[in-house]
Amino acid sequence: MSSIEKKAKTPVTDDGGFAIKDCALAAIATGRRAQNLKELRDELETIDPACLQYHFWGGLLRPVFDDPRFNNGFARWVFQSLHNQPLAERLSVIDPTDFDGPDGLRRELVDVIEEELDRREVLPWTSREQQFHFIRSQIVVFSTKRVIHDPGELRDAVSAMTPSSVFYHFIDARRRTPNGVDDFSTWLTDLGDEKYRSLCTRLRGVDPYFMTLVEIREELMDIFAEYLGD
Amino acid sequence: MANLLDEYAKVAGENVVDHLRQLSAPLAGMKVVHVNSTKLGGGVAEILTKLVPLKRELGIDASWEVITGDADFYSTTKSFHNALQGNHVHISDEHLRHYEETNTENAAKLAPVLEDADIVFIHDPQPAPLLSHFPERKGLWIWRCHIDVSRPHRPVWRYLRSAVAGYDASIFSLAAFAQNLPHVQYLIPPSIDPLSDKNMPLDESEISGVFRKFDVDPDREVMLQVSRFDRFKDPVGVIEAYRLAKKFSPGLQLVLAGGAADDDPEGAVVLDETKAAANEDPDIHILLLPPDAHRTINALQRAADIVVQKSTREGFGLTVAEGMWKGKPVIGGDVGGIRLQIINDHTGFLVSTPEGAALRIRYLLHHRDKLREMGEKARSFVRENFLLTRHLREYLTAMVSLANKAEDRIEL
Repeated sequence: MSSIEKKAKTPVTDDGGFAIKDCALAAIATGRRAQNLKELRDELETIDPACLQYHFWGGLLRPVFDDPRFNNGFARWVFQSLHNQPLAERLSVIDPTDFDGPDGLRRELVDVIEEELDRREVLPWTSREQQFHFIRSQIVVFSTKRVIHDPGELRDAVSAMTPSSVFYHFIDARRRTPNGVDDFSTWLTDLGDEKYRSLCTRLRGVDPYFMTLVEIREELMDIFAEYLGD
Repeated sequence: MANLLDEYAKVAGENVVDHLRQLSAPLAGMKVVHVNSTKLGGGVAEILTKLVPLKRELGIDASWEVITGDADFYSTTKSFHNALQGNHVHISDEHLRHYEETNTENAAKLAPVLEDADIVFIHDPQPAPLLSHFPERKGLWIWRCHIDVSRPHRPVWRYLRSAVAGYDASIFSLAAFAQNLPHVQYLIPPSIDPLSDKNMPLDESEISGVFRKFDVDPDREVMLQVSRFDRFKDPVGVIEAYRLAKKFSPGLQLVLAGGAADDDPEGAVVLDETKAAANEDPDIHILLLPPDAHRTINALQRAADIVVQKSTREGFGLTVAEGMWKGKPVIGGDVGGIRLQIINDHTGFLVSTPEGAALRIRYLLHHRDKLREMGEKARSFVRENFLLTRHLREYLTAMVSLANKAEDRIEL
């Protein structure tokens, strides 16, 4: 494995191209679990930041058929196992891209749960079978050896992407890039051409929470076709 | 075998196979050895039958070794299996000694292969003590546990833990099975092979042929459970559910199709219990099939109206994904890996009792449109999540990850 090197984390190549990458996600058990809200709060205080990434985004690359009303693992568990819909809704509106790092996101989750704990006289428990299991994710990123240099190629490039490649460039990018945006916006902004400004704004308007990766890919293809032509 | 990956590309998509090629590039030439305790019978052997050739085609020097033992050894490992799934089983010191001695003998036989391997996958408890015989090992050793160990009988787990704690990593099918171990624990659900005899498309004539072969009436409803004759699969509970449902669907027939695995000495006893519970009902068909009856099982799953997997403990339950792949909603026990496959009201129903199973059987038999709709969803869910290509991708990811010391982000 000596040939494996740490490489730059943006898709922009030395000559200004966009390197298409792909990824695979490994799910790793932490052995930590929660059976009620207090336990969830306590674990969240110290849990590995990679757990937050997994439970907010990792589901997109794992077997899911979950209730689409709730867009992260914490909210779904609160709804499905603790049957607390109001709290599930409050947890669901938390957007991880609003926070500079995992600590801010962690604090927000803990605060929302603590507010609920303050309101509760009795702590509901779920069954042992329905415990929340904290899982952390690990991402393996690799090159597809495809590089594009003209934004006009974006639609075709995206249409040929695997769902995991879409995940890497559109989801994972948000925790990797300085501005917390997708890789396409980073590249188009780097090109410095004013004409891409409205396209970047449009890309930032894509809500990835309620779509599968295949649906996100289709939406991106439509946007690139609209702004850059077929 | 030369074009196995091309065949998978036709089912799963070119880009899925392309993905596998890229992910496996850093592993090219590595010696990877899988070790389990049976070449035939059970989900592990089925997965390895295809996983190993696929790894080879990706340029990995993969091989598969099987340990051997006598009847006492398999009786002990069956007790391990039962205890790890929660039964309070006592395993005597004498049996434990024999278990260890059998592993010592196998370690000597396999030493030339295992000493030299870059990565070794040891499947389930049977060969777990092999690790202790290779203190100077060169490669990374991974214990792959296929069993539902969410509530193990503690004395037996304590013993086994001492054998597996020294591994570099372990792999469980579900987070609920993960244990307190001093190494990284990957989560990888197993999969089905869409190109195997058990899952490939069949001609209508072959499907209808199983009705004649087993004297099942094609004009009446059929419910099916395919599994070993094992108490955790609850074949007697399935018969109870069938009887409760038959009051409302008098034409209902039940097929219990099972086989014996080389490493399961309890099968004959449970088969007798099942026959006794059936009490010579002519509409209950108990089939003891040979381990290679894959096309027969395929045809039965396609011929059935409803597929059941009413396990009370389950590592994963590949027969659930198999049934779903054939467009059937599955009624399954609300346990283990079945929960990952059956999404209540979407791809089937999760149940906890024979009564619950009977209710769902009645519901589906009287709502044929719902049965078809759920069956379509079930097939699509399997295509996206439980095919062999996804499984292989996650194995490759774990191997790359471990070789990179399980850092959170690995850029190849």
